Amino acid sequence: MLNMKSWLVAIGLSTVGLASMAVDITGAGATFPYPIYAKWAEAYKKETGNGLNYQSIGSSGGIRQIRAKTVTFGATDAPMSGDDLNKDGMVQFPAIIGGTVPVLNVDGFKPGELRVSGPVLAEMFMGKITKWNDPKFAALNPGKNLPDQAITVVHRADGSGTTFNWTDYLTVISKDWADTVGRGAAVKWPAASSVGGKGNEGVAANVNRVKGAIGYVEYAYVKKNNMNFMQMLNADGRYVSPDDLTFAAAAAGVDWFSVPGMGVSMVNAKGATSWPVSTASFILMYKDPTDKNLAQEALKFFDWSFKNGKQMAADLDYVALPDSLTRQIRERVWSQIAK
Amino acid sequence: MALTEQSPMSHPADTQILSAAARLAVAKRQQLQDKFFHALTLGFSLLVLIALMGILISLVINAWPSFQKFGVGFIWRVEWDIINEEFGAAIAIFGTVASACIALLIAVPLSFGIAVFLTETCPVALRRPLGTAIELLAAVPSIIYGMFGLFVFAPLFAEYGQPALQSTLGQMPIFSTLFGGAMNGIGILAAGIVLAFMILPFIAAVMRDVFEIVPPVLRESAYGIGCSTWEVVRNIVLPYTQKGVIGGVMLGLGRALGETMAVTFVIGNSQRLGTSLFSPGTSIASTLANEFGEADDFHLSTLFALGFLLFVITFVVLALAKWMMARTEKSKGAKT
Repeated sequence: MLNMKSWLVAIGLSTVGLASMAVDITGAGATFPYPIYAKWAEAYKKETGNGLNYQSIGSSGGIRQIRAKTVTFGATDAPMSGDDLNKDGMVQFPAIIGGTVPVLNVDGFKPGELRVSGPVLAEMFMGKITKWNDPKFAALNPGKNLPDQAITVVHRADGSGTTFNWTDYLTVISKDWADTVGRGAAVKWPAASSVGGKGNEGVAANVNRVKGAIGYVEYAYVKKNNMNFMQMLNADGRYVSPDDLTFAAAAAGVDWFSVPGMGVSMVNAKGATSWPVSTASFILMYKDPTDKNLAQEALKFFDWSFKNGKQMAADLDYVALPDSLTRQIRERVWSQIAK
Repeated sequence: MALTEQSPMSHPADTQILSAAARLAVAKRQQLQDKFFHALTLGFSLLVLIALMGILISLVINAWPSFQKFGVGFIWRVEWDIINEEFGAAIAIFGTVASACIALLIAVPLSFGIAVFLTETCPVALRRPLGTAIELLAAVPSIIYGMFGLFVFAPLFAEYGQPALQSTLGQMPIFSTLFGGAMNGIGILAAGIVLAFMILPFIAAVMRDVFEIVPPVLRESAYGIGCSTWEVVRNIVLPYTQKGVIGGVMLGLGRALGETMAVTFVIGNSQRLGTSLFSPGTSIASTLANEFGEADDFHLSTLFALGFLLFVITFVVLALAKWMMARTEKSKGAKT
């Protein structure tokens, strides 16, 4: 009995000892960048012993948590406005780039064989184009034998940054969509024949199951599930396929500091090879954090990840920020956080 | 332990030796113990009540902005527009009630059959393994049912089940709308069927347990005067166990109304009121699960309002069950 007690004390002491040596940074928010943050955190822990506890609870949840000061940083896919950042005394910077891709389930076509433009996509998602052989869609795909098949729209059932990016693009590209639906983490889907799936996996599963379905998922899920996708017409009038190069091209075509808080929308970015629905995921931190030490540790983590995490990002089908941008983030954003 | 050994009650012979004062002291101590025990258990019971009230009050407080804006009309309003903050609960309530009713329609007869087989006609050797299998079915986590529903059941249902329903029942006047429309394999009917399999073990297990407590003498007398198995079940077992059977069904209904994950996977998650049972819909629980993470101030308040409504619906169902049980006075075989 006594022996066991002393053991317990010993274990207790040793955990206290460990806790005082290693720092645990906490973060919460967007689900879209969770895989890469987790991967970075794992590698960072191996190298420095410092861990990151990231809870992927959704972008709104991340904003709520950082406002409640329960976490060192918040993460959001939909950037906060400059006014809101000022009001809360926070800074915002992008940490990772990815892309959203239109996927479909129509037999007889290879992935990327079919092409689509933003306005036609908007009409499909509004339920105004209801068949795959609609003249407007056929005009973009001359010579293709399109089936007389009904279109079923598959969307995210849960509120998500992916939906925000997708509807952000449709809002930018189509006035009709902007007037009747708009952008948001969840919207009122207008198409009569529409089905909601939970998470990217839910959308992917439904698209792969329902014949004639169209949906949108993050790029990683296109590859993971061998999904059929469409090429998209970008702002420069060229058709592009989704991959890390076209996402990076979109990031290069953006003037990040044109908007306070770097909250630039990357959708419909200029550039001949830009993927039109590319997106950045953002980090939120306080300028004057309650725990300055932890805040600096969090910055160290992102600094390390920006330098060493590019290959990891590529492995998971994300795009790391270009060096020129991360240098600017260090100089112009991180410098605002009190040490 | 030590106390009871010393107590005069357990050793009547000792009472002769104890003085009156000592006896009084013991009695007092026991009285105190009883009081303490009473207070303790009362505290435990109050804890439940406090938790319940706490949940109810916090739901109402959080839902207040939404109630204020929409009033009672929130319940029958057919609208769910997050961006313009126009909300109504009708779609979710319909999905919740419809899927739960479909589940009951399927699960109750099946469970009844299973329970009758297990208690009346099942060979003894089979009784145990079958009973255990049903209990195991109850232990499967609901997300497994959801995944099974989406990845295994839905494709099969779309390919075989729905066309079969449409070509048979769908040809009849009223059913043609109920079984019309696109056949995706998911929707309110699919959710109801998956729910049925989820609640079936609960109902079946309760029915089996209450059927088993029918005194053998009643059953055997009935068989003795030449009743068939069905007659025994109909005239002896069911009247005797009415209360327990209703309790089991209500337990299943309660579970079906509140089920979240499995329904989210297969109901289609569409905020639209369809006329067909094939059309995707949504339930209160799945709307909450889907939208809570990304909901902002007013949207969040509306979700709390939905949660409150689910609370009320479940409460009404329970109250109805109690009332039905109270009405069936002649039954004595209630399980609890």
